[in-house]
Amino acid sequence: MLIAILAGFLLALFMPNVIRGLKGKSSIGIALLPFSLFSYFISFLPRISSGETLHFNWSWVPSLGVGLDFYLDGLSLLFTLLITGIGTLVFVYTSSYLKGHQYLDRFYAYLSMFMASMLGVVMADNIITLFIFWELTSISSFFLIGFNNDSEPSRKSALTALGVTGFGGLFLLAGMVTLGYITDEFQISSLAAMSGEIHGHDLYPWVIGLVFIGAFTKSAQFPFHFWLPGAMKAPTPVSTYLHSATMVKAGIYLLARFTPILGNHVMWNTTLIIVGSITMLYAALHAIFRLDLKGILAYSTISALGILTFLIGLGTEEALTAAAVFILVHALYKATLFLITGIIDHETGTRDVSQLGGLNKIMLPVGIAGLLAAVSNAGIPPSFGFVGKDLIYEATLHFGDLAWVLTGAAIVTNVALLFAGFLAGIKPFVGKLPEKFSKLHLPGPAMWVPPLILAVLGILFGLIPPLVDGPLIKPIVAALTLQDPDFYLHLWHGFNVILALSVATIATGIALYFIIKPSEALLGKATRFESISPHSMVKGLGRGFTWFSAKWTNFLQNGYLRYYLITILSFLTFLLAYRLFLGVEIYVDTSVLSEITIYEAIIVLIMASAIFFTVFTKSRLAAVASMGVVGYSFCLIFLFYSAPDLAMTQFSIDTLTVILFVLVIYNLPKYLKLSDNRDRIRDGLLSLIFGAMISILTLEVLNESVQKDISTYYAENAYLLGKGKNVVNVILVDFRGFDTMVEITVLAIAALGVFSLLKLRLKSIEKE
Amino acid sequence: MKTIIFQTASNYLLPLLLLFSVFILLRGHYLPGGGFVGGLIASIAFVIHSFANGLEKTRSIIKFHPGFLMPVGLVFAIGAGAAPWFVGQPFMTGLWFEDPIPVIGMVGSALFFDTGVFLVVIGVSLTIIFTISETL
Repeated sequence: MLIAILAGFLLALFMPNVIRGLKGKSSIGIALLPFSLFSYFISFLPRISSGETLHFNWSWVPSLGVGLDFYLDGLSLLFTLLITGIGTLVFVYTSSYLKGHQYLDRFYAYLSMFMASMLGVVMADNIITLFIFWELTSISSFFLIGFNNDSEPSRKSALTALGVTGFGGLFLLAGMVTLGYITDEFQISSLAAMSGEIHGHDLYPWVIGLVFIGAFTKSAQFPFHFWLPGAMKAPTPVSTYLHSATMVKAGIYLLARFTPILGNHVMWNTTLIIVGSITMLYAALHAIFRLDLKGILAYSTISALGILTFLIGLGTEEALTAAAVFILVHALYKATLFLITGIIDHETGTRDVSQLGGLNKIMLPVGIAGLLAAVSNAGIPPSFGFVGKDLIYEATLHFGDLAWVLTGAAIVTNVALLFAGFLAGIKPFVGKLPEKFSKLHLPGPAMWVPPLILAVLGILFGLIPPLVDGPLIKPIVAALTLQDPDFYLHLWHGFNVILALSVATIATGIALYFIIKPSEALLGKATRFESISPHSMVKGLGRGFTWFSAKWTNFLQNGYLRYYLITILSFLTFLLAYRLFLGVEIYVDTSVLSEITIYEAIIVLIMASAIFFTVFTKSRLAAVASMGVVGYSFCLIFLFYSAPDLAMTQFSIDTLTVILFVLVIYNLPKYLKLSDNRDRIRDGLLSLIFGAMISILTLEVLNESVQKDISTYYAENAYLLGKGKNVVNVILVDFRGFDTMVEITVLAIAALGVFSLLKLRLKSIEKE
Repeated sequence: MKTIIFQTASNYLLPLLLLFSVFILLRGHYLPGGGFVGGLIASIAFVIHSFANGLEKTRSIIKFHPGFLMPVGLVFAIGAGAAPWFVGQPFMTGLWFEDPIPVIGMVGSALFFDTGVFLVVIGVSLTIIFTISETL
């Protein structure tokens, strides 16, 4: 199982070599990976549908409660099948869509990385692991969205997407940690049993708030929705995969996954209903006015995500069933629509819906796929979408007092979605074929077969609901409600209110389709309020932030070492002074101090005179040398107090420092009075005050009772555990070896920094 | 600073100091010393040599860019940390051979780790010093 989840990462690692080996011709073969994963996961179907959940545990960082724990229940299974199934089709589609692209290997690498991260998200049983994979999806989607990295809008939208989802990810982490703090439990599967305890806890509002921000940013809920339309700059396979079927559903998955744990609370339900309905209405209305096919699809996706959030917010068994069905419905038809949009774009070179028409004459199979998807999207029987929409109305109608308000919202959304679906799935294919497109032809089967498969499935599941209701939908509802569900999906419910609502929706939608003709004028109306949209606000915020940081950085990072030192020292002095102001307690017990020997006195004298010499000498070299004297005197002091290791290190360090200084100073003019007397006095005063502070602090530390436990432990165990007699060294390489490893890494990075800075400067000088 | 005495001395000092630095590295586990100090001493050895004979001479002795020692050292250190995985122990568990090896003494993962530190320190200090003296 672990291999199945991580296979994508492994493939990504070797991808450049793989593709080069295949010479770009048979890149379709890469699709074998998602396909074999799909077959692997579908083999669990019988076990999951009989109510089993499967657990797989690998220990990772046990001391932090983080494990590579995965589990597979109905909800995870649906998502894994979507990820690998649609993944397979997208991989196949890409082989033709990006045929011969220079960076096809990279693209596949990012894509399989993304697939693996997504699998990790939907199967993770540990909340920290969940977060890690969650972030991995953000990162890999950043690469995918910005795949056309030579276009600026593409880079910008990748950054926006990463910014928004990464921002949400941090909140999610905070939420997860808080949840772990409340329960001391990191297993998602065990958390459900504690839901009562969590609900009662004071921090509960914080947890759900943080989780909400995580989920809303990922699933493009209002007001975080703006990154999704921007992300449409990505190549179409990416939009299909990430922005319709999988990644944006991660937020929905999260909400669904946490429903049994955090749900069933008035705060949870109300927030989700409000945010969900705002999102679905807002985005649905936006979708109507778009011209760009992908823009239409993006907004209708946001709207669909809103519906899902809304349904999870309702939280009744009916609503959760509706959500489960709708996830599948939406993935099937929206992926189809995106794929055919890709084909249209690829063949005609435009996505402007007002210019497209009559493409049926040249690409009939694509047109059929579009029609079927639009039908399922519209919820026209006998499509699976019809089943889904009926369930939504059923859920809203049975929701107490607010039933009609919520149903009304759902109807408006569905009408707009129907319109958007028709626009994307039918409009380009009917009517008159423009002259300029008449010479086009049908692309290869690798492009039109995937959308057709998905579209046909969307109808097939509607005709024969038992294909999915027992095996797939029921285990999901069981996972969400923790009860054994008792329902069957039907295509035909008889003549009732719901049917009437469906008919009304479809009729209005179709009427709308014939009345509204998308045009620039309409687009203008929709974008008139752009300046107060969340997107512009975030942009403004970003600009303000950049301006502020530029000012602030220029103030603090002025490039003069002396001012840096002044800033740091004054700040420290201020802190220390504040601390000392609260009370000083110096008590020196002279009886325990050892006697001052003559050597010590002499050393201190040498140091003092060397310091004075440094300050007042007029030659730089002499100043450096006398600084070296101070350093060497320190070595002696270390030696007196039996710290030979320190003394040796200090000695070598001082030698090297002096050498470095000499190297730098040797090339400077011989004599230069750098600062005037006022500066000198200011610096001197600051150093005196700082020195005094440190001395007082040191004296105060003497009074503190020293914790001897640690040093005794090290001293006693150095030989037993570390097999060394030099405790200092054993601490460095064994007890705290991890620290040392990080330190040497930092050292190496610093050296690289110096190297590249100086070399770069050298190059720019040479250029001039 | 290219005096004959200094030049001659530095030619003998370089191998001596390098030997000394290895000695310091090896004795570190039992007596004062260790990879960090050892690395510093080794770099001082090279720096002295470069002062006396010029950077080019020293570079031709080392043959490769000292920066390469950094990744090599890091690999040593991480490898020493990861070695216990292969015997089913957690990261950074100290592993030791049963019997001491002549001259070197007890050999364990800590020694390899310290060697890594040694190499990184040489790499870092020489990279910085050589780059600065070349550039300025």
